Amino acid sequence: MSEIKVTINGKEYTGKSGQSILEFAGVNGIEIPNLCHDPRLIPSGSCRLCLVEVEGQKGPVCACTFQINPGMVVKTETEEIRAIRKTVLELLFYEHRGVCTTCDENGDCKLQRYAYEYQLSDDIFQQPTGGERSENYTTGNKALEYDVDKCIRCGRCIRICEEVQADSALTFKSRAASVEVTTSFDIPLNDSTCELCGQCISSCPTGALYERAAKGKGQCKDLSRTRTTCPYCGVGCQIDLNINPKTEGIVRVTSEVGCIPNDGNLCVKGRFGLDFIDSDKRLTDPLIKRDGKFEKVTWEEAIKFVAERLNRIRSEFGADSIAGLSSAKCTNEDNYVFQKFIRACIGTNNVDHCARLCHASTVAGLARAFGSGAMTNSIDELKNAGCIFVIGSNTTEAHPVIGLYVKEAVMKNGAELVVADPRKIDLVRFAKLYIAQKPGTDVALINAMMNVIIDEDLHDKAFIEERTEDFEKLKPILKDFTPEKAEAITTVPAEKIRAAARMYAKAETASIIYSMGITQHTTGTENVLSLANLAMLTGNIGKASAGVNPLRGQNNVQGACDLGALPNVYPGYQSVEDAELQAKFESAWGQKLSAQKGLTVIEIMHAIEEDKIKALYIMGENPALSDPNLNRTRKALEKVDFLVSQEIFLSETAEYADVVLPTVCFAEKDGTFTNTERRVQRVRKAVAPPGQARSDWEIICEVATKMGYPMSYEDAEEIMDEIATVTPIYGGMSFERIDSVGLQWPCPDKEHPGTRFLHEGTFKRGKGKFHPVEFTAADELPDKKYPFVLSTGRQLYQFHTGTMTRKSAVINQVSPTGYVEIHTDDAAGLKIRDGENVEVITRRGKVTTPAKVTDNIEKGWLFMPFHFREAPANMLTNDALDPTAKIPEYKVCAAAVSKTRQPD
Amino acid sequence: MDLKEGSLSLEPLDNILASIPDAGDCDLIPILQKIQEAYGYLPPSVLAATSDRTGIAASRIYGVATFYEQFYLEPHGRHTIKCCRGTACHVKSGRDIIRAISRALGVQEGETTDDMRFTFETVACLGTCFLAPVMMVNDDYYGHLAPNKVKDILERYD
Repeated sequence: MSEIKVTINGKEYTGKSGQSILEFAGVNGIEIPNLCHDPRLIPSGSCRLCLVEVEGQKGPVCACTFQINPGMVVKTETEEIRAIRKTVLELLFYEHRGVCTTCDENGDCKLQRYAYEYQLSDDIFQQPTGGERSENYTTGNKALEYDVDKCIRCGRCIRICEEVQADSALTFKSRAASVEVTTSFDIPLNDSTCELCGQCISSCPTGALYERAAKGKGQCKDLSRTRTTCPYCGVGCQIDLNINPKTEGIVRVTSEVGCIPNDGNLCVKGRFGLDFIDSDKRLTDPLIKRDGKFEKVTWEEAIKFVAERLNRIRSEFGADSIAGLSSAKCTNEDNYVFQKFIRACIGTNNVDHCARLCHASTVAGLARAFGSGAMTNSIDELKNAGCIFVIGSNTTEAHPVIGLYVKEAVMKNGAELVVADPRKIDLVRFAKLYIAQKPGTDVALINAMMNVIIDEDLHDKAFIEERTEDFEKLKPILKDFTPEKAEAITTVPAEKIRAAARMYAKAETASIIYSMGITQHTTGTENVLSLANLAMLTGNIGKASAGVNPLRGQNNVQGACDLGALPNVYPGYQSVEDAELQAKFESAWGQKLSAQKGLTVIEIMHAIEEDKIKALYIMGENPALSDPNLNRTRKALEKVDFLVSQEIFLSETAEYADVVLPTVCFAEKDGTFTNTERRVQRVRKAVAPPGQARSDWEIICEVATKMGYPMSYEDAEEIMDEIATVTPIYGGMSFERIDSVGLQWPCPDKEHPGTRFLHEGTFKRGKGKFHPVEFTAADELPDKKYPFVLSTGRQLYQFHTGTMTRKSAVINQVSPTGYVEIHTDDAAGLKIRDGENVEVITRRGKVTTPAKVTDNIEKGWLFMPFHFREAPANMLTNDALDPTAKIPEYKVCAAAVSKTRQPD
Repeated sequence: MDLKEGSLSLEPLDNILASIPDAGDCDLIPILQKIQEAYGYLPPSVLAATSDRTGIAASRIYGVATFYEQFYLEPHGRHTIKCCRGTACHVKSGRDIIRAISRALGVQEGETTDDMRFTFETVACLGTCFLAPVMMVNDDYYGHLAPNKVKDILERYD
């Protein structure tokens, strides 16, 4: 892209070739009116409002579709141009029959703004309004409403649905004056291919498309906006909570186009899933259980009760009889304070959190191979990758906005996508190659791919030589691991394995994306090591648009790990078993610390059975629904002598607690989350907390102080400043520096710009290390009694145990309850009809849930989402652990399925 | 709209798609024309199946099918009457012809007779102003019409 000079309205500016006049003018602060333009879309030039005069052109040209040339002379505000625009606006108003005074978009509507700017005559606003509303594709939909009378037919909703979201749910229907937006065959929106992302609303320049629940709650002109970070998955989308200052309620959620990392895009959970904030089920007072019933108490009483019980248990059974579960939902500051409390105040390293259940194997595996267990590259680099290899990640459902980047890479930039997943997930639509490996056979697949790469001499010898070690140990394992051998294990045809290997190895830059499909196995660490091997073998690490990219599942699971909510490391992955580091933290925290690493999540539950753990302090986690083998977990929660639950709702877990402490949610506090690309981003208080609820770190500080270890901070910022002093990778972080776009760790000092991708030039551990991995089968395989393989996972609309998403009316409309996916032929064999209740049984439990009969899953396999308390998939899952990372095998267990006997 | 009209065979559709390998967005109009030829109209269930089989978005198919005058989403009569309401025909009392057709068939413009014999449409101009007032039945032109000739003409079609 070369620099070129262009004159606009008599003044010369410098721009880049390839820019449109509209874009170029915008960069230079010159606004050209437009209605059909959205920077996320391919310009369409349809609204004719951005017309400008270009010297040498016969008539006016569209600024959005006309690219700048060297020496171009543009006039944007001539009398003639303004007259044309005025006419265009007047014509638009013949179709726009809205009334600004009662419109929610009032204050943020471009049409309204231009009508004033161009001083349209009053007659224009005397158009008769539509009268009785006729039904359309949004009638009865709880998410959004389409008002044809306000629609100016710019087509942005249709285009964003097709070009960015790739859902193609919308279209124009009919022609001329009767054109309107609709779905295919006018079917209700929720029956179409719509994913309820609401991108159409985000692009609509008028009030034609609007969040239904926001209607009447406050006009845009009166709303204030607080920028914060979405509380759902690990993408870390920046959202603006639009608040009505009069009611102090959240009216709608928007996002600014151009923001990092999501560029104004959101998914259904971020846009429509925040009803939980002002749910009337929020906890408002501390509760103590007396005679099996919760009673409201004062904070003073609650804190005193907790401190005394914990002190008594510690003096009677020792510090290691107490354990704490920190939370990937809470801020970095909460997590730092929590683990400091467990380590310095209680005196044990028994602190862990749900990362154990999702990416413990990533942290363990990548740390061994590279020296650092996080996503190596940045989200926006994905769109420029030559090849993307997605394995065990249902990206468009679990990380929808990262899914958009993958789609963009394929649709706009020609990337080759390889998807390996037992289920035919939505991304398969975009894949050049789809591989359905049998659950639990990933190592075999990857080993065979590496066999092909070496066999066909596609490996990067220079990279292996300079940057890695132990390649010699890898080779013998791979030698016999032919695609044919892998075919017998994985059921994937050998030729497909060869094709995948070639596609990945031959690309200039190849990115691996993976998630729970790789990690949640007894061989999770080995699966991760295999992927690290694959990346090193082809030199696809340490450079842009490549890398090994584990997608983190929770908003702050990265941060909770970073800040030491793990039993073996202090903040910044500094080992508790390293005497020097222990001394450093002892001096920082002014307390003697334990040198012995603590127990992990599942080990804690098992230790309760053995009477080794007497007290459990849980901050914002819900193991009573999220842990595997729930019958066993729930017995442990029942058994433990003293259980504290710090929560925003009375969750399934909180119901077992002796004390429940009400906390504030993300919208009610300040702090930071670290997203999956290691970007530390701000969380900002937007609304007041309910009742007596207090922030997690404040509660912890009070308990610690009462127990005799004084902890206090002025605010979250002071905690971040302390984090920076003891955590080298966060050394350069401060609220001031991360204010606008965050900072990616490692960021060792205040001048450091942050790190976009890891391992450039050298690995964190020096050389990258190959680990030869033999294939090992899953812990529990199908047999005669339990002939199916059951996998569990997420679906788009719900999040984890549903504590938050199931409070959303929009989400409940489209995803009311759980189900089990079963292949059409298996269902036919068992005479199971779609939607009919079935029993799913494993060695650990039984769940009754409707069957979802589909061809998107292979024969012999079942899939259940784990969000639903009425059909808890984790009653069935296996709590066998990966020996290294201690992650349970959620993804594979043996199951039987049968029709539920109907009561006569 | 019923997208699962079980009674309609998808065999004609499969034959059509077999004749257009790797059908994509740019083949959509010819595909729709052939479907209409085979089924007499564009049954939504067949269009939904077209989307499934070709990967062309159902929304796009619907948009195109509703944009063009030539496509019908509802069953059409065996014969199509197109009566001109252009300027020349209007001047030559074309409206009387329209009324005469309506009377003869008992249907309004845009409607189909209950026996599925005729669909009655009016068009902006047939391009044969020298024949005004004029109508077409299928591919046949009838010019210099008078209201009393209409019934006889229509009786030639069954």
